[in-house]
Amino acid sequence: MRTLKFLLQKEFRQIFRDPSIIRLIFIMPVMQLMILPWAADYEMKNIKLGVIDHDHSDYSRKLISTITASGYFILNDYAATFNQSFSEIEKDHSDIILEIPASFEKNLVKQSEATLFIAGNAINGVKANLGSLYLRTIINDFNQTVRMDWIQVPRFSPETQVEVRSSNWFNPLMNYKYFMVPGILVILLTMVGSNLTAMNIVKEKEIGTIEQINVTPIKKYHFILGKLIPFWILGLFVLTLGFIIARLVYGISPLGSFVTIYIFAGVYLLAVLGLGLLISTYAATQQQAMLISFFIMMIFILLGGLYTSIDSMPEWAKWITRFNPVSYFIEVMRMVVLKGSSLYDIRKQLLVMGVFAVVLNGWAVVSYRKRS
Amino acid sequence: MSIAVTVKNILKTYGKKKELVTALQDINFDVKTGELFGIIGPDGAGKTSLFRILTTLLLADSGTATVDGFDVVTDYKQIRKRVGYMPGKFSLYPDLTVQENLAFFATIFNTSIDENYDLIKDIYIQIEPFKDRKAGKLSGGMKQKLALSCALIHRPSVLFLDEPTTGVDAVSRKEFWEMLKRLKEQGITILVSTAYMDEASLCDRVALMQDGNIMSIDTPAQIVANFGRTLWAVRSGNMLHLLDELNTMKEVENAYPSGTFHHVILKKGYTDAFLQQALSETNNNLEIKAIRPNIEDCFMQLMRR
Repeated sequence: MRTLKFLLQKEFRQIFRDPSIIRLIFIMPVMQLMILPWAADYEMKNIKLGVIDHDHSDYSRKLISTITASGYFILNDYAATFNQSFSEIEKDHSDIILEIPASFEKNLVKQSEATLFIAGNAINGVKANLGSLYLRTIINDFNQTVRMDWIQVPRFSPETQVEVRSSNWFNPLMNYKYFMVPGILVILLTMVGSNLTAMNIVKEKEIGTIEQINVTPIKKYHFILGKLIPFWILGLFVLTLGFIIARLVYGISPLGSFVTIYIFAGVYLLAVLGLGLLISTYAATQQQAMLISFFIMMIFILLGGLYTSIDSMPEWAKWITRFNPVSYFIEVMRMVVLKGSSLYDIRKQLLVMGVFAVVLNGWAVVSYRKRS
Repeated sequence: MSIAVTVKNILKTYGKKKELVTALQDINFDVKTGELFGIIGPDGAGKTSLFRILTTLLLADSGTATVDGFDVVTDYKQIRKRVGYMPGKFSLYPDLTVQENLAFFATIFNTSIDENYDLIKDIYIQIEPFKDRKAGKLSGGMKQKLALSCALIHRPSVLFLDEPTTGVDAVSRKEFWEMLKRLKEQGITILVSTAYMDEASLCDRVALMQDGNIMSIDTPAQIVANFGRTLWAVRSGNMLHLLDELNTMKEVENAYPSGTFHHVILKKGYTDAFLQQALSETNNNLEIKAIRPNIEDCFMQLMRR
């Protein structure tokens, strides 16, 4: 116990003396939480629209003004021919083209139907997809309005109609920040946990102090605990800092209990620290450790459900995410923060995380050797 | 006298089949308790590998070794409690102060600075004025004193010093050897490796190492006495030319530059009279004298075998 106390004392001294670690711990969460949620927004705004109006009628003008008034589209150009408009797309000035054929109004009035043409620039697939979806919705609405103008709608509509009204549970305003902030917090915690631990131990290897430690009667578990505990505490500190920022800047406070989050975070950190430890046993230099953890982080983030939904991944990718601790924590964070889930609701994730912690740490302890 | 360190048939190789490097080939020696034992050899002789095996950091391929009566493989835990190891590279925490480093190493050996202060006092007192300075900011000589203090803080019975004087100025080197002598008086067995031949004469016994082999183990005086040949020091106005000339003469067994002279060993039956005669024509200011060989000469001679 006494040995462990002095090891911890030494670790904390070193951590607090290293200005780069302090900067990392304070600045990284602040920067990431202040900037990323604003930028990482799925909602498409400012879609640049090109319009070719062959009709120049009352209705076509009305349609165009409805579209631009929606706030999602910016009218980029108003061309005479499709080719002119298409060259705008080629120059990447436009994202979507709406072509209104001649006699649009005439057809609409006479035959009660008219066709429109939408062309999207699919280089940015999300933008084209969502853009044309928005456009279609707006046109639909427009359609309804036009009908209302013409026909006296009877009390009960003669034709059967399905009308869909949706309400967004747990995030009524579909605020993406509510969705992103907890996820980014998880990534932060993962970085602090795995990177800092790995770098710290590899640094001892690099400067040769580990040799000096290895010839002492110090026990293996003392050394490893001495490394894990400081970063465990640091990780929980970063989490707290993150929640303070989330509250102050975005007004997000978890619906569920903090206790639930901290219990899960505690177990999660154990797993992530184990990963860091494991990296450090295989890497000989800080550069190697950095590259390995960069590679792993990349997979963790992209297959973690932060930016892309796991449910829409192919089956094999879903299997990979099951081995990704980040995906569990992001899920849990969103459950607790947005839905107010309790410890009982996240028991499955907690159990899986416990298994992660045991396996990763066990593997690291077995492969860490005091002699070669 | 009891034996502090025994090494029997130690073999160590690195690398795979094709690029197999033999670091230690069948090494055997004993070190007596309280001895100052030097392992002298050029870079790559296998000194560090040997030290790492004895300090339980490295496993030998075959052979056995004991330190203080404990086997390096089975009783490594006991050995780690009672040896001090100072690696060739400075390996203390550069971001901790002098005092903190020392206190840290004292505590992980379950002791305190006060308990063994008498042992390190002579050394530590020299760096005490800088005890609040970070270890990374110390000068080379001071770093070394700190490393030695840290290696001694738990009062080890055997001390391993791997090239402690490499890259240290002449005055600090001298000081360092003085410190070792005082430690020896405290009854600590000291194994020290060095690439500097002149330090050999400061040891009780030395092992001359080359390419993973021990060529000779003896007291420095005995090694010199075993030289068995007459060594001539030759000097002239054109030293470069003189060396070329010496090396082409079939009567010369070995010739190499050493300081301001060339050292020459002649084949049996030839004396300085022959050298005088052979060289006087082509060299001005020729000077030939017989000298006592030093350890370096012995090393050069042993290497030729």
